[in-house]
Amino acid sequence: MSLFDKKHQGFVKDPLMDDNPIATQVLGICSALAVTVQLKTAMVMSVAVIFVLSFSNLIVAAIRNKVPSNIRIIVELSIIASLVILVDQVLKAYLYDVSKQLSVFVGLIITNCIVLGRAEAFALQNKPWPSLLDGIGNGLGYSLILIAVAFGRELLGSGSLFGFQIVPDALYAAGYQNMGLMVLAPGAFILLGLIIWIQRAITGIVAE
Amino acid sequence: MASGKTSNAYTLGFAALVTLICSILLASAATLLKPLQDTNIQLDIKYNILSVLDLVGEEEMEAQKLLDLFNENISSFVVSTDGSVVPDREVTSLDPKTDLDLLPVYCRKEGEEIVAYCIPTSGKGLWSTIKGYISLEQDLNTVKGITFYSHGETPGLGGEIERDWFTDAFAGKRILSGTGELVSIKVAKGKVRADEKHPEHYVDGISGSTLTGNGINIFLQETLEKYEPYFKTVRGVDS
Repeated sequence: MSLFDKKHQGFVKDPLMDDNPIATQVLGICSALAVTVQLKTAMVMSVAVIFVLSFSNLIVAAIRNKVPSNIRIIVELSIIASLVILVDQVLKAYLYDVSKQLSVFVGLIITNCIVLGRAEAFALQNKPWPSLLDGIGNGLGYSLILIAVAFGRELLGSGSLFGFQIVPDALYAAGYQNMGLMVLAPGAFILLGLIIWIQRAITGIVAE
Repeated sequence: MASGKTSNAYTLGFAALVTLICSILLASAATLLKPLQDTNIQLDIKYNILSVLDLVGEEEMEAQKLLDLFNENISSFVVSTDGSVVPDREVTSLDPKTDLDLLPVYCRKEGEEIVAYCIPTSGKGLWSTIKGYISLEQDLNTVKGITFYSHGETPGLGGEIERDWFTDAFAGKRILSGTGELVSIKVAKGKVRADEKHPEHYVDGISGSTLTGNGINIFLQETLEKYEPYFKTVRGVDS
């Protein structure tokens, strides 16, 4: 069995569309709403979540046969929390501005249901390599939605992408206005709802 | 009989090992990254002082340029709560825990003339300690600007205090009454009332964060009271 056969590719591909953690499993909504006002913060958040998710899955899978089952959640959380604090410290040292904007939401990756969910549901039953792929896949699936929402919110709410103005001044002069709703949390709800609708229309998944 | 993976000793041992590894990892990361983080924080403080004194805008800036700008335009000194200037201390050497009666003042100079003053202010909001800077015009009465750079208030509610729409409202307000008494600036509950007799002392509050606003009212007043003796001596010289 090779390391990149069809089954292993599935671990990365499935969470992108058919089994997307946000759109299908509806996990991790809170942070998806909070950090998607700008693309830049959404990107950094995505990278942070992919990092935490991959490594927590990898570590949990590596020690899955050694963990006493009665304290397994605590052990998983210790690992996740350590990784998150590590990310937070690195952000504060190298990307201070972004870390200020993300504020508490980096810390809240600890409570992001996707991370603990994947550790419990996947990493505890699988070998490290598939678990790492599963972590990357789910992290990417999360990022995909986050970036899609952030794209819509920054474009409609601030008329820019990555901080660069996209909507031409002429349009503003003609009476166009930024959509204030998109900067606020309800804007994210609406976009997220639309994205889930499109995603389910394509995949044909119907919630029970 | 518990044995192997389910025994209490194994569980305790495992927990201890996990804790140990995690704490070593985090402690070393924190120690290694501390110098870089401190530089960032210092830079951020300088950026905030510059921005509240209207010397920088929103645009991003290189660290060196920012430092140059700071060194060229800003001078700082220490005053005492009784109103006198303390010449043998530097603002950077102040320890807020022990130097309770010493206060830092930053000022923007144009040539030899001081055109604006900037002082740090901080205190309890609803959840957290809010830290910021307030700057006053040459008359030490009109507010030039205010900025809050560190807080842990609810995002979207109390957290809005860091936004421009809130802080911009402070500019042009007055901290002294018509007769020269200190009255500070108050964050109103909701909008400032239309029939308010002294709208120059009030700014619009944020709905849903009255307690954050109350916190600001209290610590802003305390800060200004502490500086008032010194400000009085400066105003006295001018008039």
